[in-house]
Amino acid sequence: MTALFPGRPTAVPILALGDTLLVSLQGELHDGMAEQLQQDISRRIADSGAVGVIIDISGVEIVDSFLGRVLAEIAASAGLLAAGTVVAGMRPAVAITLVELGLTLPGLTTALDVERARELLAQAAEPGTWDRCQRGT
Amino acid sequence: MSEQETVESTARRLGAFLELRREQIAQRWADAPLFRTVFTVSREEAVEACKAVVDALAGVASSGRLEDITSSGFDSVRDQLGRMTDAWTRMGASPARIADEVAALRSPVAELLRAESPDPAAPEAAEGLLAFTALMGTLRLVVMQTALTSGEELIERQRQQLLEVATPVISLWEGVVAVPLIGTLDSARSQVVMESLLEGIVARRAQYAILDITGVPTVDSLVAQHLMKTVAAARLMGAECIVSGIRPAIAQTIVQLGIDLSPVLTRASLADALAYALSRLGIEVSPRASTR
Repeated sequence: MTALFPGRPTAVPILALGDTLLVSLQGELHDGMAEQLQQDISRRIADSGAVGVIIDISGVEIVDSFLGRVLAEIAASAGLLAAGTVVAGMRPAVAITLVELGLTLPGLTTALDVERARELLAQAAEPGTWDRCQRGT
Repeated sequence: MSEQETVESTARRLGAFLELRREQIAQRWADAPLFRTVFTVSREEAVEACKAVVDALAGVASSGRLEDITSSGFDSVRDQLGRMTDAWTRMGASPARIADEVAALRSPVAELLRAESPDPAAPEAAEGLLAFTALMGTLRLVVMQTALTSGEELIERQRQQLLEVATPVISLWEGVVAVPLIGTLDSARSQVVMESLLEGIVARRAQYAILDITGVPTVDSLVAQHLMKTVAAARLMGAECIVSGIRPAIAQTIVQLGIDLSPVLTRASLADALAYALSRLGIEVSPRASTR
């Protein structure tokens, strides 16, 4: 793997919590990292049979349309592998920026923090409830 | 002598006259309602204020620019005039009334000016009076400008206060917060509402946020857009947003304007919205069984 940006980490760690994957994004996410992360998450879901992915973005202070698209793409590809994705811990300033940019991320499920996200995924484990969660329970 | 020079020399003579008769004019003005009603406690104070105004007028006249309201001569009395117009406004006087009172200052000085001239029919005397009238007109304008500026400052201050006061985030239940919106929603206010709501959601770990628009007089497409933005931002934070308090007339307006509020969950009243949130939280509220 080639480091596109020397001196910066090239991969985001993915933690497994039971049948859920936890990804914590910190600071800026550049192109190379985002692509790597999307590949890693898909592979981990396929390998481990995880049913949920929690993306914690409480450490992210600056967002742009790129991050919005990356999140939507991760959620879409995880959905194809039958895993639900919850974006947790968005800061108020980040939410306002996204809305002002017109990015309301309609396909994404959101939660206040990782704890709430785990509750959501636990509810989703009961059959037939994920659709309701996606409408925002 | 050209006309321009005549005007300037008349103005200078007027300035000299005002300086010479400063004491007399101040004594007469101190009895005029404009000053008397403001300086009720001491006449000395009124005389001092009058002297300051006479000095300012003399300065403006000597500079030869009788009709220039931006003249630096007025700067020294602007504060004082501001205090006086404030006092008048507090008494409920309209700007027109204040202007009338300023106009009343003209005749005492005009009398002095006539007495000054050896021959009242001489053209110099008429020119002097004319110049003085122009100068008083300028003073009137300055007073009006001061009155209007203080009014504008008041409005701006109150607008700021309204912005700070009118957006409380209320905790209705564990996990349910509400923001009662009162007054017109413009973009500045909706920004404040959005920020305080999101902070409230984080602080109270709320899962449901209710925006109550009972106090919003009209909903147009702009207000609807602000509402939808707030709802979208709350959703990104992981909270579901309910808009309540849509009055029948407003519901009709929204439909007639063709605004699509379908992405937003709406309820008729705050009570309905709370009932919805509680049922989704799995909380059941029922009347207590009668004990006897």
